[in-house]
Amino acid sequence: MRMRTYLAAGVAALVFAVTSAAQAQVEGGSVSVVVTPEPPMLMQALNQNGPTNMIAGNIYESLLRFNEALEPQPSLAQSWEVSEDGTVYTFKLQEGVTWHDGEPFSADDVVFSLDVFLREVHPRWRPIVNNQVETIEKVDDNTVRLTLKQPFGPLLLAMETASAPIVPKHIYEGTDYASNPMNNTPIGTGPFKFEEWNRGSYVHLVKNEDYWMDGRPYLDEIYWRFIPDAAARAFAYETGEVDVLTGGAVDIFDVPRLSELENSCVTSKGWEMFAPHAWITINHRNGILGNQQFRQGLMHAIDREFGRDVVWNGFGEIPTGPISSKTRFYDADVPTYDYDPEKARELIEASGYDGEPIEFLALPYGETWTRWAEAIRQNFADVGVDLQIVTTDVPGWTQRTSEWNFDMTFNFLYQLGDPAIGVARSYISSNIIKGSPFANVGGYSNEEADKLFAAAAIAPSDEERQELYSQMQALLAEDLPVLWLLELDYPTIHRCNVKNVVTTAIGVNDGFRDAWKE
Amino acid sequence: MNALSRFAANRGALIGLALIVVLVAIVVLAPMLYPQSPWRMVGRPMGAPLDGSFLLGTDTLGRDVAAGIVHGARVSLLIGIVSTFAALLIGVPLGAVAGYFGGIVDDAVMRFTEFFQTIPSFALAIVLVAILQPSLPSIVLAIAIVSWPPVTRLIRGEVLSLRTREYVQAAITVGQSTPRIIFTQILPNTLAPIIVMASLMIATAILLESSLSFLGLGDPNLMTWGYMVGAGRSRIIDAWWISFFPGLAIFLTVLALNLVGEGINDALNPRLRKEVRK
Repeated sequence: MRMRTYLAAGVAALVFAVTSAAQAQVEGGSVSVVVTPEPPMLMQALNQNGPTNMIAGNIYESLLRFNEALEPQPSLAQSWEVSEDGTVYTFKLQEGVTWHDGEPFSADDVVFSLDVFLREVHPRWRPIVNNQVETIEKVDDNTVRLTLKQPFGPLLLAMETASAPIVPKHIYEGTDYASNPMNNTPIGTGPFKFEEWNRGSYVHLVKNEDYWMDGRPYLDEIYWRFIPDAAARAFAYETGEVDVLTGGAVDIFDVPRLSELENSCVTSKGWEMFAPHAWITINHRNGILGNQQFRQGLMHAIDREFGRDVVWNGFGEIPTGPISSKTRFYDADVPTYDYDPEKARELIEASGYDGEPIEFLALPYGETWTRWAEAIRQNFADVGVDLQIVTTDVPGWTQRTSEWNFDMTFNFLYQLGDPAIGVARSYISSNIIKGSPFANVGGYSNEEADKLFAAAAIAPSDEERQELYSQMQALLAEDLPVLWLLELDYPTIHRCNVKNVVTTAIGVNDGFRDAWKE
Repeated sequence: MNALSRFAANRGALIGLALIVVLVAIVVLAPMLYPQSPWRMVGRPMGAPLDGSFLLGTDTLGRDVAAGIVHGARVSLLIGIVSTFAALLIGVPLGAVAGYFGGIVDDAVMRFTEFFQTIPSFALAIVLVAILQPSLPSIVLAIAIVSWPPVTRLIRGEVLSLRTREYVQAAITVGQSTPRIIFTQILPNTLAPIIVMASLMIATAILLESSLSFLGLGDPNLMTWGYMVGAGRSRIIDAWWISFFPGLAIFLTVLALNLVGEGINDALNPRLRKEVRK
């Protein structure tokens, strides 16, 4: 009897030992990831499409990484200092870093990337470096100093991989960047090296054996698979052909079903940096749409909770204003609009709306958006607003939106960590430009808001920025330049034995450095 | 035996006719049966048939599937009839002119017709709707444009044989004008094949419209059967009724129209029927 007890204890100890060994990171293994659609290229400094970033963020690196609270973490910079007045940033670089082709990495690469390459090609880095930065200089081989013209709070957040990837000087200096043949075989400093791109099928990345961080990465290889049909992507996961479904790879209504499969985990984290904010863009130039009271009526007419709970299967949060609750400087203390058709009808009647049909340009991003448009059309019909849906394809939508040729349309924009980078662009009057669907295409113009955005971007302390952004949020929530609908969730679904896939604010985009397979 | 009694003796045709009567009744009674918009979210999303107060269940947004089918019937029938009529408007005059005048005119018209017949009709319809933007008029136009060539060929053949008949020759001799001969002597005698063809064309047009809507190229502001099948397709595993019932409605309508068309054909051409059955 006693003997048996010991035996049982022994077995228990053994089991415990085995399980705790399994808890430790395991080296090796291959992971298949679905990403959609297939990206146009993998040279991240030249292209920042979503799928490009997901793959290339594991090939290239920037100076910093960000955790889920959007706090900067070391990456190519092992440490950094900011001067008292907030105008001088000194980055100490990692030592012993080499490029994937074996060349050593140094401060020269950083200066070349930030001052020359990205200044010329990068749509997000260019305005920052041109407007805010005085000089970018090499102090020694492992130190770089940025001097600003004035304090600029969001500078560190602009050091995210897709926003400021560091590119190899020895490959690009003096060449025509866009046509450099090396763009097809990207060379970075990241944990994974480019191996092969079988167009229409997959991108194969392999472990960088000389990675600067000891013991990383754990995985031997990653296959990024391209499967054109959403149902086929879901099926590939069900059959075990792939291990990870990146955000947006399957229809949102398939998420609950797929996450209930055995050994299947789902997380909504890893999108804090982007925090996609969905809304109805209003063309303020078109008749009644420029009327504030009318817009407030519309906001009361939309059943946003229905949109989240039924159309988006319960994923996401309902926003209160222009800044996502997932990012910094959010303030909930603003005028809110609950679903109230009675009140909506009163406001719309008072606005002088005469029943004219309003065109809604549908967003051709799949079924969920189509259903959402239908639900909102019905919400509007219930309060007497005649909304006519017009359908188009992706190039048609981009073209009509960029050329201001619409009454209303859906759009969703990334917040990019800081209101000065990701929010202001949709509301400030200096960004009323044609040619991009992500500018202030509705033509909203409010002097007060312009001033608040401008002041908040360069206010020296976070407290002062918060104060200005709080004022801005209250002002816009009252005026409704657009109708905010949902803070979108893009759940990442993965096999539970693939660990640590999402550990940062950009999720799979740079997560595979720390991922491992049990 | 006259045509009517021959039709009445055809069981398939009677079943088809009964189905069409039911369909027309539904269309007429739609505003009374389901006075609310079929787009209105009225119940729990994805409710099963007979579960709660919804006969055929609800769709992904909680819209009543039965209301959608009843309102969709009107759109389907409307598009079927209007686009068939439009196709006849193009096809009949062209065929009549080609058959009556012959020669170069005939050659020119027939080459033009063949040009349209060589293009796959569904692909052409998709292209037309995509270019013109999906809406009720553009869909009717697209269906008419892809379905007139067979009408032209049929009418041309009929006219070709009719114009050699004695009564036409007599009309020419007494000096009737050409348009008058075509309209009063020849075309009335082509009515029978036109009616048969039209009833089958309505069925084809309904199928074509459903296919376009299924692909998302329907008028986004009209509830149609094809749209309902397309929108419910991705949920077929957990909510089969969303796409099953509208699909059934399409099937029954097209079947009924075909049965009636065959019935009319048999009734009007008894000799042809016997030859075929021999």
